[in-house]
Amino acid sequence: MDITNLTFLFYGYSAGWIIITAFVLSLVSRGRRIDRELARLKSLVEDREKS
Amino acid sequence: MREKAVYLLGLLGALVMIFNLNTVFNKLPDEAMQGAVYRIIFIHVPAAINADIFYTVALITAILFLATKNFIWDSITVSCIEVGTMLILLNLVTGSIWGRNQWGIWWAWDLRMTSQLMCFLLYLGYLLIRPAIAEPTQRASLSSIVAIFAYADIPLVLMAIRLPNVRTQHPGPVLETGQMAPMFKAPFGIGILALFLIGTALVLVRMHQETSQREIDSLRRELHAA
Repeated sequence: MDITNLTFLFYGYSAGWIIITAFVLSLVSRGRRIDRELARLKSLVEDREKS
Repeated sequence: MREKAVYLLGLLGALVMIFNLNTVFNKLPDEAMQGAVYRIIFIHVPAAINADIFYTVALITAILFLATKNFIWDSITVSCIEVGTMLILLNLVTGSIWGRNQWGIWWAWDLRMTSQLMCFLLYLGYLLIRPAIAEPTQRASLSSIVAIFAYADIPLVLMAIRLPNVRTQHPGPVLETGQMAPMFKAPFGIGILALFLIGTALVLVRMHQETSQREIDSLRRELHAA
């Protein structure tokens, strides 16, 4: 591969991976937050039903 | 079972992407005028095409939600718009980097690029407005209307490089005019398929989160009512 313009090719693909990775990480983080909140609310409802 | 299918779909997309990147970087020759940098096209254009596919699905499901008030359609709409907006951002950033190298400028306010930026901002507006509405049915109805309105920009983006009297800095269409070398067509198509598979897996993950979020809303209402 010719090294002409290789720097910008590197910038382009790096930017692409950063955007995709950031989106996936934000999805994972949101998923964990939602799961925690769901578990907390379910236990609250169960406690209320018992008492 | 459903989770496994989503992971398999994402894994398949990643494998197809790795296979395609190997072809693009190790097997394709450099382009005569641009050197190595033309390879950005294999991520830049598939991102835009897939964003348009997800936005089209979002348009259909937004209409279906307004017609049926079934929340599954709203889940698909918001999931497709989130993934589509990520892809449009990818398209804008990679295009700008390519433009800086080939034109000497990061950005040109021509019809194609401006309408694509407008598209990104309209759907970003959808994603920002949505959490501001607390009541679920009202939130889904209003955001469906915004999703339908935002889609009006897509035909402008597609037509921007095809209108007879409009000159743009952005290159013209190469696929339907036969200007793309035959050896580039397969990696181009596989690049579209790879991003589609990855994007679909992300949409399915996001849809599951939306279903859980509705369950959270319902439990909160139950707790407040008690």
